[in-house]
Amino acid sequence: MNAPPLVLDGVAVARGGVPVLEGVTVRADPGTALILRGPNGAGKTTLLRTIAGLQAPIAGEIAPGPDQVAYGAHADGMKGGLTVAENLAFWAGIHGTGGIGEALDAFGLARLSERAAQHLSAGQARRLGLARLLLTGRPVWLLDEPTVSLDAEGVGLFGQVVRAHLGRGGIAAIATHVDLGIAGVPLDLAGFRARSVPAEGALAWDV
Amino acid sequence: MGRVIARDLRLAFRAGGGFGLGLAFYLILTVLVPFGVGPAGAELARIAPGILWVGALLACLLSLDRLFALDREDGALDLLATAPVPLEGVALGKAVAHWLTTGLPLSLAAPGLGVLLNLPWPGHLWLGLSLLLGTPALSLIGAFGAALTVGLKRGGLLLSLLVLPLYVPTLIFGADVARRGAEGMALGAPLALLAAVSAGCLALLPFAAAGALRINLR
Repeated sequence: MNAPPLVLDGVAVARGGVPVLEGVTVRADPGTALILRGPNGAGKTTLLRTIAGLQAPIAGEIAPGPDQVAYGAHADGMKGGLTVAENLAFWAGIHGTGGIGEALDAFGLARLSERAAQHLSAGQARRLGLARLLLTGRPVWLLDEPTVSLDAEGVGLFGQVVRAHLGRGGIAAIATHVDLGIAGVPLDLAGFRARSVPAEGALAWDV
Repeated sequence: MGRVIARDLRLAFRAGGGFGLGLAFYLILTVLVPFGVGPAGAELARIAPGILWVGALLACLLSLDRLFALDREDGALDLLATAPVPLEGVALGKAVAHWLTTGLPLSLAAPGLGVLLNLPWPGHLWLGLSLLLGTPALSLIGAFGAALTVGLKRGGLLLSLLVLPLYVPTLIFGADVARRGAEGMALGAPLALLAAVSAGCLALLPFAAAGALRINLR
């Protein structure tokens, strides 16, 4: 994997028209993880959504573009009516990547592959959602509280997968409150809280 | 796009409800009309094309509010928006899947239901044909409306208010084809206009729906 570094230069983001972060400048080289920290409402999710290209930054530059980025959100888009294998095969097809066997094995889902996703436990469903990341074939992973409802074994598997991804020259930006056992560059968002609030009504149309 | 269609069809068949619901609603509506209007054959025959077309419109509307809302709730829409597939293709794929699960079965059932309303003979064929030509427009307009209202809680009602007025041209030309067919009159003009409405919707609305989705995802 030959990834360009993840570079944020003076990025400002808004949630619901209200600026939450400004001046976020950070660089993560291939093989490194960026650990986003900050209290609830600090703008972790908003920043990740902005890097994923789901919303535009109100200022600053982000590289690389959204086509290099895989977004792992709270809601993982898995359909309860489809089996584990069908869910993963759909995303593998959308991303034009190969088989799903590796992704199933990496998260210990192989023996659940014919189970309908709605019958999985919360932790198993979470593992399924994370397995999708492996199918995107993209170098930059954005992970929003990835270990919610995972047990110790699940967190261990997840740590292994992320370390393997970094070992292949990938990049991960992880918003988390727990220690994942992954060495990374910490980024405390409390230091970038937006101070200036522009004139009322200006923002909704400027983004 | 093919994958989106295949996935939505599979989900519709598995869930059961989505597939048969519109059809059952259409059947019940058609059965109820003679109770309300009275069983006089000539009167029923006169209103049959209009009733069957309005019924198809409402049956289409039933499943529209879930078209994007479910994908929005479980996060799939965010992921599709960041995936290497154009959102226009996703919108078109979802509209096609909606048509295959509602418009197509409705069109195939309508000639049979015409019997219940005493529709005169050649009218059955023209009714089925007009629905086959017109219901794609209903699904496409509906997909646009669903994209506009995707972020709203209880957007279904607003969706109906937005979409039903846009259904007017399809309804006028479609019902006219069926009526003229039943009365044995020339129907080339409304048939061509109906096809034109559907073709126009097919060309334009996937782009409009994708634009609305992008705004709503922010």
